[in-house]
Amino acid sequence: MNAIRESEPTPVTNRTTVERKSEREVVVTRTFNGPARIVFEAWTKPELIKRWWVPKSMGMTLLSCDMDVRVGGTYRFVFDQDASEPMAFFGKYIEVTPYSRLVWTNEESDDGAVTTVTFEEQGGKTLLAMRELYPSKEALDAAGTGAAEATVETFAQLDELLVTLSAGAGPS
Amino acid sequence: MVQYTSPRLDASFAAISDATRRGVLEQLGRADASITDLAETFHMTLTGMRKHVLVLEQADLVTTEKVGRVRTCRLSRRRLDEETEWIERYRRPWDARFEELDDVVEELKRKEQVDERNTRK
Repeated sequence: MNAIRESEPTPVTNRTTVERKSEREVVVTRTFNGPARIVFEAWTKPELIKRWWVPKSMGMTLLSCDMDVRVGGTYRFVFDQDASEPMAFFGKYIEVTPYSRLVWTNEESDDGAVTTVTFEEQGGKTLLAMRELYPSKEALDAAGTGAAEATVETFAQLDELLVTLSAGAGPS
Repeated sequence: MVQYTSPRLDASFAAISDATRRGVLEQLGRADASITDLAETFHMTLTGMRKHVLVLEQADLVTTEKVGRVRTCRLSRRRLDEETEWIERYRRPWDARFEELDDVVEELKRKEQVDERNTRK
């Protein structure tokens, strides 16, 4: 596998970093090789978000995805996980500033976070920062498990995805 | 509370279900100690204390190091490891999502370039 990776012109994958800023807040950062207007579009159009929000490695499928991206507009994602009831993820947008800032609430439980995503363009690339502020330390602690647990269980699938990505990457 | 379902956590619960072992953890929280010291403090035989320490070691709660004839016990860096593990659990699904998002961004960029060329014609 290493030999294949070295011989293929695989684009460099940017690193995702996670930092706990406080007991209730976590920040995820990542750079994308495209202008902010494109990255923002990928976060705000349902037909685009559908393509990346639920990678196969999460062991879930996205049944539906409704988004009304404007201040006060709501969103609702419905997931299907094997052997369990479909699960909904919903809330509303409280700030929408094209190409630079999105803020939404998460309302399926009292432990939901307020998420702020900022898009900062630099030299044709976009530095994305996603802050999630939880109502309590316990809520944030618990958030580290959940969906991530499913990822661990289906880690083999992630490997498979990575192989596919590295083999099929590059301009087609 | 963080919900772990790892075998290691089961080992931790088993380890701290015993009053002597909880006492040993408390003692080591104050200062490192040799097995001999611990055996004396808890009025136990060396063999008995070694067994308790082994259980704590297997649960990753205590590490031991033998220098000469003395085996020193100390609390492990496990708490720090759990923090690292939490970060990694949080990071992994986002990292997987973002790898997919990279593909979407690449595609939109190419599309935009094609549109631009067509406009210029």
